Amino acid sequence: MSAPEVAIVGIGIHPFGRHDGVSGRAMGVHAVREALGDAGVGWSDVDFAFGGSRDGGNADAMVADLGLTGLPFVNVRNGCATGGSALVAASNAIRAGAGDLGVVVGFDKHAPGAFGSDPAAYGLGAWYGETGLMVTTQFFALKIQRYMHDHDITGAALARVAAKAFRNGARNPNAWRRRPLSEEEILAAPMIAHPLTQYMFCSPGEGGVALVLARADQASRYCDRPVHLRSAVIRTRRFGSFEVFSPGLALERADSPSVDAARAAFAQAGIGPEEVAVAQVQDTEAGAEIVHLAECGLCKDGEQEEWLARGVTDIDGALPVNTDGGCLANGEPIGASGLRQVYEVVAQLRGRAGERQVPGDPRVGFTHVYGAPGISACTVLSR
Amino acid sequence: MPAQPVADGLFTWPADQPRLIGSRCRECGVVTFPAQRSCPRCTSVDVEERLLGRTGTLYTWTVQGFRPKPPYAGPEEFEPYGVGYVELPGEVLVETRLTVADPDRLRIGMAVELVIVPFGDQVTYAFAPSEGDAVDASRA
Ligand SMILES: [Zn+2]
Repeated sequence: MSAPEVAIVGIGIHPFGRHDGVSGRAMGVHAVREALGDAGVGWSDVDFAFGGSRDGGNADAMVADLGLTGLPFVNVRNGCATGGSALVAASNAIRAGAGDLGVVVGFDKHAPGAFGSDPAAYGLGAWYGETGLMVTTQFFALKIQRYMHDHDITGAALARVAAKAFRNGARNPNAWRRRPLSEEEILAAPMIAHPLTQYMFCSPGEGGVALVLARADQASRYCDRPVHLRSAVIRTRRFGSFEVFSPGLALERADSPSVDAARAAFAQAGIGPEEVAVAQVQDTEAGAEIVHLAECGLCKDGEQEEWLARGVTDIDGALPVNTDGGCLANGEPIGASGLRQVYEVVAQLRGRAGERQVPGDPRVGFTHVYGAPGISACTVLSR
Repeated sequence: MPAQPVADGLFTWPADQPRLIGSRCRECGVVTFPAQRSCPRCTSVDVEERLLGRTGTLYTWTVQGFRPKPPYAGPEEFEPYGVGYVELPGEVLVETRLTVADPDRLRIGMAVELVIVPFGDQVTYAFAPSEGDAVDASRA
């Protein structure tokens, strides 16, 4: 007997942004209740759960609010891949026959301002943080500066990515930043790390997302339009990849973990990048979306400049990207961010994305996250 | 008494010709910075200390535009500073502060060399444009 396939039969979200007086955990609980309601099941029907948060406390503490049913609830802590890792684990649990119905949840609540990082947690000397080299915004600027040099990408392309994000965010009731910004405003904003201005960066934020997973052969019990999780893959960096928090790097360049994770996700799904009708890729800043489109195999290096000028990645373009406004418009609550992408793709594939619905009845979606210290998680979803 | 380095084992100091301290794998030859006790490429633990070259080319750069959160220990009064990766030929790419913070005076591929600069009451390493390869901002 072959392993069961996995479907997503319920989705829930707590709006992203700043929510004074609401704990990260409360946002997670809100998202779980909404996802359970969407699937038409109760917490007592759930066989297992995986969840995580960086700064919002222990996910499994949610059982105090959701109900003490005794289910196995595993906490996941894996940086930007926290949601992706929880999803991989839950998917494997269903495939292994450990349960028929599972919940995946991610939430977070960060202090305002860029993330501070502890060198010791990454095996680095204290000097690296003290002398001002351990700054994620710096890394992204260093990476895109070189990419722009190698592949003739201009500052105008960066501004177009950010303007698109805020345009899409304006159509998303769950987004944080809902005011469209012009490319001129974006380029004129203070320079955070050359060539990236303030409006080209996402901010740490707050929010929660939950998914209900079921065996695909039972999915019609819960949902009239289940979305199949065709693959979910995590990868860490290999020797030679250009990575955040690296005081030294090899001379030889290897593919990034995003390339490895995306390639494996497409291979496992038996679906090619050319079949993707809607994609969410990590846009910690505007340059990241440009680089990740190519790393995930969705376009060729350098093609992004023309794509952005022609609106290929707009909601009504040939390959809509970050249709919910991405990290730029939603902010980045680390534990919730990757699952937000899956939430958005499921909403799009069900045809229930409201004002931001991709036209033409999309059938295949893709999600990608990237984070410190060189990890990536990708999924391929289809109807 | 000369100012102390921000960390031991990072660069030779005091020295007329200071050098960054890296390591080299005796199995596969890969060079790393800072020095580490194992090889990230072939997983060997047979590594030796290596003093790195003092000159290289700028692989990529940016300018840090805001005061980082702790553990950053630079001056309270923030001045933007340059940051880059420098390619030391045949060795390794090193992440570093740059002595130049003006985007008009930085370009990928420019020649740079190691300098030791004050950092609070200590010293740290940085790279500066090599004589003769400084970008002329008036012509940029
Ligand atoms: Zn080696």
